[in-house]
Amino acid sequence: MERRTFLGLLGAAGLGAALAKPAHAAGHPEFKGYPGSFGVLFDATRCIGCRRCEAGCNKVNELPPPPEPFEDLSVLNKKRRTHWWTYTVVNRYDNISGAAGPVYKKWQCNHCLEPACASACFVRAFSKTPQGAVTWDGTVCVGCRYCMIACPFEIPTFEYRQVLTPRIMKCTLCHPLITSGKLTVPGCVGACPVEALIYGRREDLIQIARKRLCDFPGRYLNHIYGEHEMGGTNWLYLSGVPFAALGMREDLGTLPAPELTSGALAAVPIVAAVWPVLLTGIYAINKRKNAIAQEETAQAVAKAMAQTQAEAEAKLKKAMTKAEADQKAAIQREVKKALEEAAKGPGQEGE
Amino acid sequence: MENQFYTLHDFLVYTKGAAYLLMAVSVLGLLGFWLYITGRDEDTFIK
Amino acid sequence: MNTDIPAGKKSWFTPFNVVATIIILIGAVITFLRFTKGLGGVTNLSDNNPWGLWIAFDLLCGVALAAGGYCTSAACYVFGLKRYHSAVRPAILTAFLGYSLVVFALSYDVGRPWRLPYPFFVQQGTTSVLFEVGLCVFLYLITLFVEWLPSCLEWLGFRKPRDLIVRATLALTIFGVVLSTMHQSSLGALYLIAPSKLHPLWYSSYLPLFFFISSIAAGLSMVIFEGTLSHYYMHDKMDKTYLSEHDSVVRGFSKGAALVLAGYFLLKVIGIALDDKWDYLLTSYGAWFLLELLGFVALPCFLFAIAVREQKLKLCRWAAVLTVLGIVLNRFNVSWFAFNWQLAPADRYFPSWMEIAISVYVVTIGVLLFRFISTYMPIFYEDPQYREHVPHEGEEEERPEFVEHKLHRHPQTFGH
Repeated sequence: MERRTFLGLLGAAGLGAALAKPAHAAGHPEFKGYPGSFGVLFDATRCIGCRRCEAGCNKVNELPPPPEPFEDLSVLNKKRRTHWWTYTVVNRYDNISGAAGPVYKKWQCNHCLEPACASACFVRAFSKTPQGAVTWDGTVCVGCRYCMIACPFEIPTFEYRQVLTPRIMKCTLCHPLITSGKLTVPGCVGACPVEALIYGRREDLIQIARKRLCDFPGRYLNHIYGEHEMGGTNWLYLSGVPFAALGMREDLGTLPAPELTSGALAAVPIVAAVWPVLLTGIYAINKRKNAIAQEETAQAVAKAMAQTQAEAEAKLKKAMTKAEADQKAAIQREVKKALEEAAKGPGQEGE
Repeated sequence: MENQFYTLHDFLVYTKGAAYLLMAVSVLGLLGFWLYITGRDEDTFIK
Repeated sequence: MNTDIPAGKKSWFTPFNVVATIIILIGAVITFLRFTKGLGGVTNLSDNNPWGLWIAFDLLCGVALAAGGYCTSAACYVFGLKRYHSAVRPAILTAFLGYSLVVFALSYDVGRPWRLPYPFFVQQGTTSVLFEVGLCVFLYLITLFVEWLPSCLEWLGFRKPRDLIVRATLALTIFGVVLSTMHQSSLGALYLIAPSKLHPLWYSSYLPLFFFISSIAAGLSMVIFEGTLSHYYMHDKMDKTYLSEHDSVVRGFSKGAALVLAGYFLLKVIGIALDDKWDYLLTSYGAWFLLELLGFVALPCFLFAIAVREQKLKLCRWAAVLTVLGIVLNRFNVSWFAFNWQLAPADRYFPSWMEIAISVYVVTIGVLLFRFISTYMPIFYEDPQYREHVPHEGEEEERPEFVEHKLHRHPQTFGH
């Protein structure tokens, strides 16, 4: 080829190579989450179980008053979960080996980096906001409650007694209140008297948590719950006792929820593409097989018919030739007879 | 079966091995099963 | 057609009709309660147990047991097994009613049923397996409706649209199989997102495959089962073709069911092996799992096999019943018995009597509609005006060829 063309091609190849992005590890995309998103760090070694966080949440979200007042600590005798009237609950855990006294745990939506509720919702009612909160959009929710099935932390609650407008209720990280400027920290964080809850950027909270683990190794279990669980959450926990003793599941793994269903979902377009081809092929093969079978039957029938026909014709021909021969013979006989008669005739005639 | 697996690799070696064995058994088993079921079918020439 | 009934007296007050009416009335009352007191006033659903009997039975079992539609039409039109042709319309009718009732039951279960079209028309949650289920069920319901329509059009006498649809049979069938594969498997995939809540013996990344394969067994068995019941109750609506092909359908579908169940059984065992879950078999949940696998998959599989080989039609029917029960058990296990197994016994779910009543009411409506449609429309017989073949010389047929008989118990039913 011409030198100019060759140089041109070389240049294009070089440009292409330079523009090509470096391939991701093994072709599988990795997502780090929104940078600078906010979260909360809960320190179980600081929590005194006063329930003021519950009161604070109730107040800022204008939730209905609970059956028992927040000052009533006897509710801690039973384990509670979130319900439509309470976005967060504090539970008390007694008789944990290695702990001097009861340990308290505040529980609410953990605002996962890859929320199972958002993955499960078939109307995209849940959003992971850049600020970190996982929010719910009541204008599209159908009330199917699949999010409640999906959440590994058993957080979303449903207003079963509402007839026309049953809502999914859960902690919002006070996202609407903070973004509108009404609050600077979530209601629970602001109410905590012992700084068991601190609000900040997730990256900072992890650093703070690591520092505490480093500075006070005898005080804490060496694990930040929520750093990697279910792919990571924006609500982080430190504890001096095993998290399982605080009713927190340690068997959830680190796989984010969307990856649990992405395989099955990936098969959908394959079925949609391949099945029609496969089934049409089977149909076509069967049709051809039937057609061939029919043709063969027809041929066999035709052959048989032709054979019968031929046999019949042969028989007919034979019969006809025989008839002809018979006829000829008969004629000859008659002629002979006539001649004989004629020969005998003159002697007998006239009488 | 009680052995602890320390790596994904070890886990997969064990489980995939068991699965391949089962697949082989399945293929042979299903073949025999199919022969059993269709054993007494009347001869159908053109259907 | 002749049936030996005492002249003039066809009473509407049969036991079945009376019971059915009572059920419908109770259902109507509970419907009123559901939409005045909310789900909380009628069900035992809770924040721990958001899905209950209506999902386990009306949705999961309803869809699985309606699989006869795509199986039969695929067997006849795609695989070219023309001898099953007479079984197609009853199967399509069962499927059409089944799916319609699934949507009907869902309108009781979801919080805002008027928003059910939202995922398709307002905002699509494409990451959700439920979205895919909904979309496929929606499209498949339309497909089934179109596939059922010719029998309705023949009853009404609209020839041209009927012929148009019939010409599209193959395309509709293929579309139906594609959609069915997707949503049958996706119903299993729904539970993939909750590994921490479903017992390890039932949780598997192969859940979609298990649900799909078992739906085939369910569909084939339901055709046999429905055919048996119809034989008893709708016999006078069945024409010669249907009756003569019926045994072949039972035999052929039994053969298919035997093989599918065998494959399903082996896949489940391989699934246990791949996740090294053998130890769980030694627990009480393990015993329950083995009951489901051995008593309701392996056992009907063997019964079908013996029945096919030894040509025992009655055994086929019992095996079909066992299979159907097994599919129901499996769906109940995945969505209810083995779901939330980690919760304390006090937190587990049991349906309220009203939930049970609504499920019974939904099935009753289905049976009544099936009876009505198959009585008046050409489901069990071919309307000769629309018959595919050209009548032979001398055939006068103005009416379908029914077999003359007395209204008595047909010998081909269960124990008689």
